[in-house]
Amino acid sequence: MTALLRVEGLGKRFGGFVALEAIDLDVQQGERLGLIGPNGSGKSTLVNCICGTLRNESGRVRFGEEALDGLSAHQRTRRGLARSFQLPRPFGSLSLIENVRIPILYTVNARPGAGVGAGAIETRCLELLSQVGLADKADLRPRDLTQIEMRKLELARAMATDPKLLIADEAMAGLSHAEVDEIIALLIRLNGQGVTVIMIEHIMRAVMEFSQRLAVLVAGRKIADGPPQEVVRNPDVVRAYLGE
Amino acid sequence: MPFILILIAIAGAIFAAGRWFGSSYAFFMGYVVLQYIVLGTAWNILGGYTGYVNFGVTAFFAIGAYSTVVLNKLVPAMPLPLMILIGGAMAGLVGLGTGYLTLRLRGVFFSIATLALAVVVQTLITNWDFVGGARGAYVLRPRIAPLIGGEYVQYLFLIMLGLCVIVLATARAIERSALGYGFAAIRDDEGAAEASGVPTLRLKLIATGLSGGFMGMAGAPLPFYVTYLDPASGFNLNYAVNAIAMPLIGGTSSWLGPVVGAILVGGLQEYLRVTISSAVNVLVAGVLMVAFVILAPQGIVGLFQRKKR
Amino acid sequence: MDASLDLLLNALISGLLLGGFYAAVSIGVAISFGLLDVVNIAHPAFILLGSYVAFLGNTVLGIDPILAALIAMPAFYFLGMLAYQVYYVAFERRDDQSIRGLSFFFGLLFITEVALVLVFGVDYRTVQARYIGATINLGLFDLPLRLLVPFLVSMAMVTVLQLFLSRTFIGRAIQAVAQDQLALRLMAANPIKIKRIAFGLSIATASLAGAFLIIIQPVEPSIGREYIGRVFAICVLGGLGSFPGMVIAAMTLGIAESLTATFFGPSWAPAVAFSILLITLAVRPSGILGR
Repeated sequence: MTALLRVEGLGKRFGGFVALEAIDLDVQQGERLGLIGPNGSGKSTLVNCICGTLRNESGRVRFGEEALDGLSAHQRTRRGLARSFQLPRPFGSLSLIENVRIPILYTVNARPGAGVGAGAIETRCLELLSQVGLADKADLRPRDLTQIEMRKLELARAMATDPKLLIADEAMAGLSHAEVDEIIALLIRLNGQGVTVIMIEHIMRAVMEFSQRLAVLVAGRKIADGPPQEVVRNPDVVRAYLGE
Repeated sequence: MPFILILIAIAGAIFAAGRWFGSSYAFFMGYVVLQYIVLGTAWNILGGYTGYVNFGVTAFFAIGAYSTVVLNKLVPAMPLPLMILIGGAMAGLVGLGTGYLTLRLRGVFFSIATLALAVVVQTLITNWDFVGGARGAYVLRPRIAPLIGGEYVQYLFLIMLGLCVIVLATARAIERSALGYGFAAIRDDEGAAEASGVPTLRLKLIATGLSGGFMGMAGAPLPFYVTYLDPASGFNLNYAVNAIAMPLIGGTSSWLGPVVGAILVGGLQEYLRVTISSAVNVLVAGVLMVAFVILAPQGIVGLFQRKKR
Repeated sequence: MDASLDLLLNALISGLLLGGFYAAVSIGVAISFGLLDVVNIAHPAFILLGSYVAFLGNTVLGIDPILAALIAMPAFYFLGMLAYQVYYVAFERRDDQSIRGLSFFFGLLFITEVALVLVFGVDYRTVQARYIGATINLGLFDLPLRLLVPFLVSMAMVTVLQLFLSRTFIGRAIQAVAQDQLALRLMAANPIKIKRIAFGLSIATASLAGAFLIIIQPVEPSIGREYIGRVFAICVLGGLGSFPGMVIAAMTLGIAESLTATFFGPSWAPAVAFSILLITLAVRPSGILGR
C-alpha cells in the first residue's frame, strides 16, 4: 500500500535557527493521525511546508502519485490537500455562504472536467454550512460569529475544496469541553466520508479520542510515531512533556 | 447582458441631451467627469476589489496620453479608437511589469513602487525629445468630428462615453464572476485565499494589467482635448488624487461607487473652479478623501446600503 | 591630472555628502516604516513644511536655517504625535491600514502640497547663510560647505538617535514595539504611547531635513514628491529599521545619483532611486544588511 502523503527528510531553517530537521512522515489513505508537540516544536512549520505556504530547503513531499515540491499553495489545494488555520482567517467582508463559495469556484470548478453549475454551487454551499450547523447564518458576516462558529466556518471552507486530506491546525484551542466534543465528532464524521485527517492539537483528551496513530515533534525532530497508547508511554515523549 | 444595454441607453440619452443642449462648455466639462469615471473605476478594480493601492495613476494615464502623441506624429491618419487601444495596451504592460516585480511582497511595497514609477516615467518623458521633452508637445485638434459631425469635442465626449460603458460593464461583470470573488478573497486574506485554491499572483497580475490598461485608455484622448501636453500637466498629481479620492468617497465595494464619487467630486470641483478659484478646487478632492477615509470608510454607497438594512 | 578622473572624484565626494543629507531625509521613515510599520508616505510633505519653516525663520527673523529648524523641532514632534493619534484611532485600531491608511497619508501629502502653494506660491525659495556658496578647496577636490554642513549635522542627528534607541528605556521600547507588544505590556509600557513618541520623533527629524533641503537647493512645493521614491528606496535597500544599513544605502544612492548627474545629465537623476528600489524589491527585499 502506498501512502497518501509521504514526507521524506524534510528540513526547514529560519536564518540560523533549525525549525525542522529530517522529518519523515507517512499518512495512509483514510487514516486519522494526531500530531502533537510542545509550543515551538515545529508543528505549524511542518503544516506550512506540506501545504506550500513555506518552502522547505531539503527533503520532499509526495501526495498520492505526485511530488508536490515546487508547487504553490493554491496548486496543492487543488490537488486535494486542504488545511484550516490555527487562528481562523475568514474572508471578513464576505458572507458565510460566499466564504465557502470561493474554494468551490477555485478548486472543484478549476479541476479539469468537473464544472459545477451556478445552482449546484448554491446547493453545495448550503450543504457544507449545514454540515457544520451554520446553514441558518449563511448571510451573516464572519464578525457576527462566536469562537466555535468561526472554527466551524474554517473547517467548512477547507471541506469546500473537496479534499482527500484535511489538516486541522489546532481547531479546538480555547473551546469549551462540549464544543471540543462537537468538533471531534465533526472530524470523525468527515473521516467516515473518506477524508484522511491530520489533527494538530494540544488538548490531549481530544487527540487520544480522535487519533488512530500519533506522531510527536520536539524541537524540530520527530521523536515518536505509532499507536497512541504506546506513544504516550514512550519515555522520550514523557520527558519532552514533563521536562528532564 | 441587459446591464450593458441599459448603460448604452443611458449613454445615448446623455449624448442626445448634450447635442440638443448644444453648448461646447457642457461637452468640455462632461468629458472631464467621464474621464474621471473611467480613471476611478480603473483604480477601483485593483484598489477596491483586490486591496492593492496604486499611487502611480499619473504614470499609466500619461503613458496613454503620450502614446497618442507619438502615434499622432508617426501616423497622423490613425483613428482615435485605435490609438486608445494601443495606449491602453502600453499602460497595461507597464502595470504587468511593475506587478510582476513587486506583487510577491507585502502590498505596501507595490504601493511604494507605483509612487516611484510615476517619477521615473515622468523623468523618461521629460528626457525624450521626440515628444517635446520638458517643453511639451502641441497636438492639432481636428475642427470637425468624424462620423457624427459637429465640433471635435463632441467626438471626444462620445469616445469617453463609450469607454465609460466598457469599463463599467467590465467592472460589474468582474464583481459577479469567479474573478471578483477571487479578488475579494485576496483583499481579505491572501494566505487564506491561497489555501482556498485562489491563484493569488495570477489574479493580482490580471487586476494590475486591467487597471493600468484602462487608465492608459482614459489618458489616450487627452492630447486632443488639451491640444498642448507637457510633463507638468500630463503628470499632474490631481489625476492621481482624483482617481483615488473618487472611489473612496463614492465607495469601493461596487462599480457604482466610483461613478457617484466622480460625478459628485468632479461636479463640485467644476463649480468651485468657476465660482472661487482653481487652487481651492484641487484641495477639495484631497480634503474630502481624508475626511471620508476617517469618518465614512464605506463611502457614500456604503452609507446608503447600511441605511437600507 | 586627468579631467574625467577629476570629475569622477568630485562626483564621488558630492555624492557622499548628498548621501549624508539623504540619511537625514530617510531616518524619519526608517523609524515610522521600519520600526513602527506605519507607511507614512507623507513624510516628504513634512520635510517640505520644515523647509518653509526654515525659510520663514531665515527671511523674517534673520536666523540661521538650521537654528530655525532646531527651534521648530518640538512643534514638529507634537505635530507627529497628533498625526499618529489620528492614524491610530481611524485606521490602526480598526485594523484598516492598507487601503484607507495609505490613502490617508496620500491625502495629507497632497493637502500639504496644495496648502503650501496657496501660501507661498510656486516660486522657488532660498535661504541665506554664510556657508552657502563657500567652498573648501582641498587640491584634489572641492568641499562645498552647502553640502558639508548638512552632512555633518545629519550624521550627528543619526548618531544621537541611534544612541537614544539603544541606550534609553524608551528607545529600547520603541525598538521592541514592532516585534512584541505583549512583552512591552509586561514591562508596563503602553505600546500606543511608545508608538506615538516614536512617530513624533520621526516627524521631528523632518524639521531638520527640511532645513538641509532648502540649504542644498531652492525649494518649491512639488519637489517633495521626488523624495518619496528616494526615501523608500533608501529604507528598503538599507533593510527596514536598521540605521547603519540606512546610512550606507543613503550614501550609495547619493553617489549613484551624483555619478548619473555628472555623466548623463541631472535630469536623469530621479530615475536612479526608482531603479534601485525596483531591483531591491525584486532581488533582495530584505535589504543589503538583511538576513
